[in-house]
Amino acid sequence: MSRKNALELHIPTPRSRPGDKADFSGWTFPEPGDTPRPDIDTAAVEMRDYAYGLIRVMDMEGNALGAWTPSIPAEQLRRGLKYMLLTRAFDDRMYRAQRQGKTSFYMQSFGEEAVSVAQSMVLTPEDMCFPSYRQQGLLIARDYPIVEMMNQIYSNAHDPMKGRQLPVMYSSKKNGFFTISGNLATQVPQAVGWAMASAYSNDVRIASTWLGDGSTAEGDFHAAMTFAAVYRAPVIINVVNNQYAISSFQGIAGGENTTFAARAVGYGMAPLRVDGNDFLAVYAATQWAAERARANLGPTMIEHFTYRGGPHSTSDDPARYRPADEGRAWPLGDPIERLKQHLILLGEWNDDQHRQAQEEATEKVREAGREAEKIGVLGAEGAHPAQSMFEDVYKEMPWHLQRQREEVLGG
Amino acid sequence: MATMTMIQALNSALDVMMGRDSRVLTFGEDVGYFGGVFKVTEHLQKKYGAKRCFDSPINECGIAGTAIGMATYGLRPVIEIQFADYMYPAYDQLVSEAARIRYRSANDFTVPMTVRMPYGGGIYGGQTHSQSPEALFTHVAGLKTVIPATPYDAKGLLIASIEDDDPVVFLEPKRVYNGPFDGRRDRPVIPWSKHPASEVPEGYYKIPLGKANIVREGADLTILAYGTMVHVALAAAEDSGIDAEVLDLRTLLPVDIDAIVTSVAKTGRCVILHEATRTSGYGAELAALVQEHCFYHLEAPIERVTGFDTPYPHALEWEYFPTPTRIIKSMRRAMEA
Repeated sequence: MSRKNALELHIPTPRSRPGDKADFSGWTFPEPGDTPRPDIDTAAVEMRDYAYGLIRVMDMEGNALGAWTPSIPAEQLRRGLKYMLLTRAFDDRMYRAQRQGKTSFYMQSFGEEAVSVAQSMVLTPEDMCFPSYRQQGLLIARDYPIVEMMNQIYSNAHDPMKGRQLPVMYSSKKNGFFTISGNLATQVPQAVGWAMASAYSNDVRIASTWLGDGSTAEGDFHAAMTFAAVYRAPVIINVVNNQYAISSFQGIAGGENTTFAARAVGYGMAPLRVDGNDFLAVYAATQWAAERARANLGPTMIEHFTYRGGPHSTSDDPARYRPADEGRAWPLGDPIERLKQHLILLGEWNDDQHRQAQEEATEKVREAGREAEKIGVLGAEGAHPAQSMFEDVYKEMPWHLQRQREEVLGG
Repeated sequence: MATMTMIQALNSALDVMMGRDSRVLTFGEDVGYFGGVFKVTEHLQKKYGAKRCFDSPINECGIAGTAIGMATYGLRPVIEIQFADYMYPAYDQLVSEAARIRYRSANDFTVPMTVRMPYGGGIYGGQTHSQSPEALFTHVAGLKTVIPATPYDAKGLLIASIEDDDPVVFLEPKRVYNGPFDGRRDRPVIPWSKHPASEVPEGYYKIPLGKANIVREGADLTILAYGTMVHVALAAAEDSGIDAEVLDLRTLLPVDIDAIVTSVAKTGRCVILHEATRTSGYGAELAALVQEHCFYHLEAPIERVTGFDTPYPHALEWEYFPTPTRIIKSMRRAMEA
């Protein structure tokens, strides 16, 4: 049944699948240090090129180059490195804890640690973060106790969420960390609204929000972009392009035809596109966007170009949808290794110190793990009284919930 | 005291609250300069400035989503969804977010916002300007659902909703915005000024959420109604000669179970009214509650008079709308059982 001028449906397909070698051939990036740094009051329409380029500061040897090089004291860089190491050690332990049956679910941020840690260090603790589920580094870099995170993951008696939320759906208002939903992109318009409220109240705090490349396809993202641009909300919208939405490569979300940063262009919003595995570049881009927001110059969208080193969650096996060597072949390296090299080049770090820092992170996690497991792991008897499920549905418990609560209490 | 239509009473509620509390702001499609397509926000932008009463892009997800963010910041946003029929793009934000943020964060974040939506039929609005989606909200744990029937109640309930610390869906029966339409289309239109509930205090007052109102006392049969249907129920009671007690529920969730039980236990008969489609409608919940709480008082099967299970039909609106004639048939069935 061949037909003249017959139409054909295009289904985006990644270049390589399991069994193939990773294929990044033809990918080109601007050289580190080559991208100029615009003034923070540059009109969004003049920033079009930033949507298609890539801000890189460090070369692969660890040299920091060009106008985007942030000025960060060595002590602060070491702290950043240690937070990333702690995040990785935490992920490693909790991933294994799920495998050991101590909890139902876990999500690592392996390979993406620079995004949340560097950004957390730029923002003030009063700024409100509206994360997705892969920014645990924000909490860790804000010195939130990791034992509390474990208590949440184990839904144990000390779980601050009282056993109501899936593991990793943290909330900590006093640490500027908004309650994680689990529904994708819903937090983005909320971050814009929070930022609008801050501006409405003549406050000085800004909001920052994170979503994945896949989630940019959600309507909520476009609603948020429209509102942020229209009302010039003091917000940073971070698209963490880690190349995958569970098993779907970023082409399924529209990445085949353009960049995710280019979404900002159509909304008249300042775009930045940054090497997400380059701690210094992420830091500098975030600083730029935060200064712009604080100066009432409106929102910025940052695409963080990175690679999801692990599975989406404990519920999928990447070996079934992408080449096994892809993570190792990622052309922009590993964020921890790269910051380590930079510090060594500066003469502010060495291999021994690094090994020691790794051991300290592992030990800290082990200690917190012991403490949390002593309190209990998922399914431990009596962690939460059954009647507690009726609390906090409303501020005051209405009659129908009171009756249902009595049913439970009555056995 | 002043004589107000429901629109004026709602406008007055917003005016009072914006005057009292700088955390109260309102926005939505055409809400700002124009004052809303139904004029509920008229003059507010002029009086309080564009920052506190403004136009939004046509994106209900964005309206609800940004309002949630504002509420978690500590403001008390009142948003307008131009027609309840346009609510669906905002539904995920209301159901998965607004309703659950207190619960999922264990009280860390809360969402004191009010979502106003004109709803209901009888205005030749067709399927996209006539729906009654209240059951889609009462089914959601964490939301409150409020529907006024008169100017006096509209103002007092809206103020209570704005002051409530949980998200409230506030459905406005647009067929009675300008007068207490009672479904008797052969009679001249009555303006609100002829109705005692159009006497509205100009200042601050509240009607507590969760409290029903007996608008007509009677001994023979209980009619449970809300919104426009309250007035239709009164007309049916008058025309039928049956001594019906009419309960205006005012809040659907949490519903005033004591008022329902007291009335049905007294009359032994119950007719439930709503404009929404019947299957899985709010009337099903009411029927179940009456059965659970009043079974041994019932003298007759519970009757439901509702919209039919079809999309809202434009030209057949008056075949669809629950009129006094249809209600009287049900009342008689209940009496004869």
